[in-house]
Amino acid sequence: MSTQASMKAKNTSAKGFIYVTLAAAAILSIFPFYWMFVMATNHNSVINSVPPAFIPGAELVTNFKNVINTIEFFGAMWNSFLVSTITTIGVLFLCSLAGYAFAKLRFKGRNFLFIAILVTMMIPPQLGLIPQYFIITKLDWLNDLKAIIFPGLIDAFGIFWMRQYISSNVPDELVDAAKIDGCSNFRVYWNIAVPVIIPAFATLAIIRFMYIWNDFLWPLVVLREESSYTIQVALRGLIDNYVRDNGMIMSGTFWATVPLIIIFLLLNRLFISSLTEGAVKS
Amino acid sequence: MEHVNSQSRKNRKFWNEERKEAFSGYLYVSPFFILFAVFGLFPILFSFYLGFQKWNGLGEMEYVGLQNFQWILTDPIFWKSLSNTLIMWFLGTLPQLILGIILAYALNSTLIKMKSFFRVSIFMPYVTSTVAVAIVFGVMFNSQDFGLMNVIVSWFGVDPISWSTSEWGVKIAISTMVFWRWVGYNTIIYLAGLQGIPNELYEASVIDGATVRQKIQYITIPMLRPIIILTVFTSTIGALQLFTEPLIYIGRSFREEGITVVLYLYREAFTNLAFGPASATAIILFVIIIIVSSINVFVANRIGR
Repeated sequence: MSTQASMKAKNTSAKGFIYVTLAAAAILSIFPFYWMFVMATNHNSVINSVPPAFIPGAELVTNFKNVINTIEFFGAMWNSFLVSTITTIGVLFLCSLAGYAFAKLRFKGRNFLFIAILVTMMIPPQLGLIPQYFIITKLDWLNDLKAIIFPGLIDAFGIFWMRQYISSNVPDELVDAAKIDGCSNFRVYWNIAVPVIIPAFATLAIIRFMYIWNDFLWPLVVLREESSYTIQVALRGLIDNYVRDNGMIMSGTFWATVPLIIIFLLLNRLFISSLTEGAVKS
Repeated sequence: MEHVNSQSRKNRKFWNEERKEAFSGYLYVSPFFILFAVFGLFPILFSFYLGFQKWNGLGEMEYVGLQNFQWILTDPIFWKSLSNTLIMWFLGTLPQLILGIILAYALNSTLIKMKSFFRVSIFMPYVTSTVAVAIVFGVMFNSQDFGLMNVIVSWFGVDPISWSTSEWGVKIAISTMVFWRWVGYNTIIYLAGLQGIPNELYEASVIDGATVRQKIQYITIPMLRPIIILTVFTSTIGALQLFTEPLIYIGRSFREEGITVVLYLYREAFTNLAFGPASATAIILFVIIIIVSSINVFVANRIGR
């Protein structure tokens, strides 16, 4: 009896400890979002006083108007959306096609080519940065979204991911049967493989979309004109001013962050499993 | 249908099934190789070439041998950028991984409810863009009295700290950004690892009278080892490429307190238009990453035994 009671007491205290730890972590994770909102809705003079504002104010609209007057907010959001969507769709198509070839088609040098693709994953992206910039200049793609889209279509991980998924989820018998029925290789890919690999599409789409949406260094290098900025590059324009209007800065950052957070909250299970599974499997 | 069939039968002499399949195979994988040749392989090889040239981006290139490397390796700011990178790697990564394991352990506990709420909130920072994180924390780590961090330290009777201009202030601020954005991500990865540990192991250890600490030491940590190695590996490589946070936080001044290797590279190339030294920096960074990765692999193998 007494050991059971002490076990129970121990469990309760352990439980309390775990709750406190997790609650603290959750608060620290969420607080910056709340604080962003607080600043985005307060006037700069309220923010820049001691103690600063800790509750939302009434300057939501004013601050955002200032954002629009400082940077091309909607244009940049649209550019980011365009670039991320086009790249993601392109990557889904190209990677699944290549993954299908590596998983189901026989051709000479298949293994060698696949390993070559894996090796490219090890190369740090900065190594080719400078010549890449000059290639874009030569192609006359500076300030052109093509400069983000085309290099963004290179996705070694995507091919790896698709190959693994197709190998283990598309049965050989089905592929062979379709071929005997006279389906071309592309037909087999399109009619047999694609419907089966929708879950892999979802995972890869989230990884790729997030990556392109959040990328900063490369867009910073090749997008020099404001009309071509993605939102990440445009946000930098907020803090580059001589007068620091923190309310305005936070308003821009907040509204640039909200769309992705909403999508994340709606699809949180899919997001979390996609983004972490991808890392573990590779 | 008839027509197509008879046509394909005619073609069968050359286009037999094997050939067709191989052709499709090459065709399907070719986009990657074409794009990679243009935007990956060629730039990389050209970087190795540029590293030995003197070039401002417009005029003629001039072969200068090892001069660029010599110049960088004797530049105190390069060494500063390297030591900054390593210090921030240590400050930002190590606590992140340790806290990640603790949080994953807590999330895996059978005692608690609201798990999905905790999971989602802890993961949320990772969905935020690095630029946004750097801007928000940049305002928090404001050097003025009203900066949130200075308000917080004032509760403990500490005078306002000039975060953005002091040696350690900059590093702590930047490391905090990295830490905040990645801790939840690593937590979820560790959680996946913990959930892969068979329950029987714990049950057996309970029968043997193991304490919680012993369970962690003898079951959890060894079983998690591959995932720990993975996270150390990826976060180390990520930390060596640190760029966005310092650029946003210290801005165009490229202050010495916060300059990193990639920032140094960026400054050489796109501010000083010294593309030779910038390429040499890229090569040096590549070598550093190879060395660090090999150390990682070596240590991982040693521990693995």
